[in-house]
Formats: sequence, C-alpha cells, structure tokens
Amino acid sequence: MRVAVDLELCQGHGVCESEAPGVFELAKNHKVTILEGSPGENRRAEVEAAVRFCPTTALRIVEED
Amino acid sequence: MTIATDRREPPRVSGGEGDTGHLEEPRRDPIALMNRVRSECGDIGIFELADRDVVLMTGASANEFFFRAPEEQLDQAEAYPFMTPIFGEGVVFDASPERRREMLHNQALRDKFMRGHAATISDEVEQMVAGWDDEGEIDLLDWLAELTIYTSSACLVGKRFRRELDKRFAQLYHDLEQGTDAIAYVDPYAPIESFRRRDAARVGLVELVQGIMERRAASTGSDGPGTADGSGTATAEDDRDLLDVLMSITNEDGTPRFLANEVTGMFISMMFAGHHTTSGTSAWTLIELLRHPDIMASVIDELGELYAEGAEVSYQALREMPHMESAIKEALRLHPPLILLLRVAKEDLECDGYAIKAGQMVGASPSVSNRIPEDFPDADSFVPDRYLDPRVEDRANPWTWIPFGAGRHRCVGAAFAMMQLKAIFSVLLLDWEFELAQAPDTYRNDHSKMVVQMQQPCVVRYRRKSARPTTGSSPGAAL
Repeated sequence: MRVAVDLELCQGHGVCESEAPGVFELAKNHKVTILEGSPGENRRAEVEAAVRFCPTTALRIVEED
Repeated sequence: MTIATDRREPPRVSGGEGDTGHLEEPRRDPIALMNRVRSECGDIGIFELADRDVVLMTGASANEFFFRAPEEQLDQAEAYPFMTPIFGEGVVFDASPERRREMLHNQALRDKFMRGHAATISDEVEQMVAGWDDEGEIDLLDWLAELTIYTSSACLVGKRFRRELDKRFAQLYHDLEQGTDAIAYVDPYAPIESFRRRDAARVGLVELVQGIMERRAASTGSDGPGTADGSGTATAEDDRDLLDVLMSITNEDGTPRFLANEVTGMFISMMFAGHHTTSGTSAWTLIELLRHPDIMASVIDELGELYAEGAEVSYQALREMPHMESAIKEALRLHPPLILLLRVAKEDLECDGYAIKAGQMVGASPSVSNRIPEDFPDADSFVPDRYLDPRVEDRANPWTWIPFGAGRHRCVGAAFAMMQLKAIFSVLLLDWEFELAQAPDTYRNDHSKMVVQMQQPCVVRYRRKSARPTTGSSPGAAL
C-alpha cells in the first residue's frame, strides 16, 4: 500500500502522527510529512486508523498490485 | 482568470424590488430567503444583505468553487465587519489572522491535547450539574452558553484563568454575541441598542480581565512564584496558563507588552468561533434526541456500554461513539450554527458561466446546502443513520455536507467540537433524564442577528436518574 495526502486539506492536527508514528510526522510548516510512503503490511492497522480519524480527510491509502 | 465579455450576471431572487431591497427579510427569515434563491435562481443567485449584493452559492459545484478559492480571490477578513467592534478596533496584534489561528491551533487544538481537554470538559459539566436539585428546569441558551464559556476558557486559555470567571463573564460575552446586527454592513457603530450593549459588554470584560491581571501581578509581585510558605499564591509550573505567558512578555523598557484591552481582545477572538456554535449545537442535539425517543434510547444504550461497570473509558472509545456522533452530525446538518459563510470578491471572477464582480460579497449557506434532497434523502428529517456505513453521507458529500465549511478554510476546531459535544453528553445523559418543557415545535433559532442563537424560552426539564451501577466514578475520571 501507498499513502497519499492532499496538502490543501491538511491542517496539521497531528492525529496521523499519533496513530502511526514513523509513517507520518508534522513538519515545521504544520503540515504532514510522509516519512514512509509505502509502509509494510504490518503497519496497516495504524495507517488505516490515521486515515479514518484524520479530522480533515486529507489522507488516503492507494493499493498497489 | 480571463473574463469573456458575454458572462452573464447571476439572476436576482424575488422580493428585493424597490428602494429598500431585502432589508428586513434577512433578519426575519434568512433561511427562507436563501432557499428561495436556490429554487428561483439555481446554484448561483443574488440577494441583498443590508445594502450589499450577496452572490449566494449552493450545491456541490458552486460550493467547491467557493471553498477552493484562494484568499486573494475570495477574502474572508473583510466579509465580517460586525466582528471588528467585538474583537476591538485598534487592538494591535503581533500577528496576522492566519498566524493567530495557527498559534491557537498549535497551542490548544492539536490532537495530543484532546485527551486532557476531554477530562477538563467533563469536570466543567460535573461542576455545573453539582448545583442542580434532583429535578428542575433549565433554559438551554442560558445554561449552555455559561457552560461553554467555562469549557472554552479552560481549554483555550487555561484552567487557572477559568477558575477566576463566573456568570458575569458569560453574560457579558452573550451581549457581545448579540451585538451582531446586519446593520453593521452599513455602519458597525450605528446608534442602536444592541451595539450600545455590545460596547458596554466589551468594556465590562476588559475590567474583569484587568482585575484578574492585577491580582496575579500583586500575588507574584509580593512573594514571587515558588514560595515555600504554602500560602497558595504561587503558581505551580503546570498551572501556568496563557494569561501568565502574556503577562510575562515585556517591551524593551521592561513595561508589559500586553495591556488588559489587548489581552481581552485576544481571548474574545480565541473563544468566539467555538462558543455560540458549540452552545447552539448542544441545545439542538438535546432537543432532537428528545423529539426522537428511539434514537435517544440507542444513544443512551451506547453510553451505557461504554461506561459499563468498571470499564475504563479510553480516549479511543470516546472517538468511537457512532450513535452519539451521528446524532450530533445530524443536529449540525439540520441546524448549522453558521447559516451563511461570507467572502468578498477581490477581483472579477467566473463560476459556472456567471460573472462575479470585484467588490461583491459571495456566500455559501450550510443551511441550504445541508438539505439538498439529491444529496440527503429525506433531507428535512432527523435521520442519524445516514452517517453509518455504507451511506456515510457526510463523507460522500464533502462540498454539500458543510456545517464546518470545507476545504482550506474548514473549521480548525471541528475535531475539538465533536469531542466536546460527546464529553458533555456523556455526563448529562448518563446521570440525568431530560424532557421537553415546551411543545416540540416551539424550539427555534433567533435569526435577528448575524450570530444565530436559540430563541428564548427554550426550556427543558431534568431529573436525576437513580444511582448508576458504577458507584462513585464519573465518566470524566476515566477520560
């Protein structure tokens, strides 16, 4: 899986950083930075929680074959 | 953006003929007027507010244009002239509105603060109901406006400041909110009663804050922080709040950087967006739940399970409260606290073949868009199930489910607001039973001001439930 972000929607709440540390991080400009663009399957639950609880629906998972 | 000369001006809604335009209708029944714009003109049409044209946009396509437009095209700062006398004219802030929003966000609204805020809010509700008898009546506007002054001051400024407030602060704050007559579009200082009360209220708030600042200065000045005599005047480091921080900032010559007038202006502006909005949404959520006993029962069951005997209520559980959350979302859809979001066009623009002229006001209406029947079947009914899988009508309609706005200007406090509402109802609905004290259709909003609030009377009865099985532990304690 790959994670994608719409930076126009991101307001820097930091939910993703709490849910999946190491995958997401809040940058100095208060927007999310993706540290791990293609996280392993072992991180799926955390990444799904980050996507689900993002207050501005800025994140999504893109499945790769 | 190039504008072809054949762009048409948007159609005008009926009822504005003659010299006075839509002078009275926007304050008597603005939602009916805006619905008429949509039914007569379609997605884009013009009505008049005070003496200004408002190009009203509804529906997904026009709303997307509205919410995606950058500040250079559709400007927010100029669109709300009635806010200037409330925040305080001439109050010099060090930062732009964007920067202040960012500071507030980083300081209080980030996810990592939410757990603490949830506990703070529960405590505030517990303190308010501690004054209740076993049964009685409350006016929803008075009670919730006071509660949300305490919750927002405690979470956004700090608990130390909150402890220094009482009912007076809430009453003055209410007078500020009532000082938002649309006449402000003609003259924000027009000689009318609500503006006089507004200005007197601001003076009163500055006096209260001044008194708090003087007491703090006196206590730290006389024995300094960290005294070992147990006098209780010292401020523990973790009790330091935003007011302490602001008071500690000095000019180069050592004089205080911020006086009471500036500090009050900052606090008013920080609290404004989250106050009448949360207060009104709490009221409407409770009213709709009482109008729909089956849904109330499902919400109470859900709370009962979450707070069941001995169960530790995690922050995670507070987030996953599907019935409660859906009921709140549905109250927000039917009764959005902001009925009209406004911008000013800074340049000539084009949307869906219509010309918008520089200087015109442009609006989006949550009240109208939230009830578009193509997007929200049975649009006028309270149907919380529409948010459950697989319908998820909020996420499916990001440009028309807009109680919090959308896109880059979406309410930065939305997550905080949802958490706050859930925390409030966790306490209220577990320990108390409620009942409408008026005929169900007599609960209304008052639209005479730009800030919409419940019209009084809006009374409900409460009665203490017999003891819960979880003896002695409040939900707040476990948050």
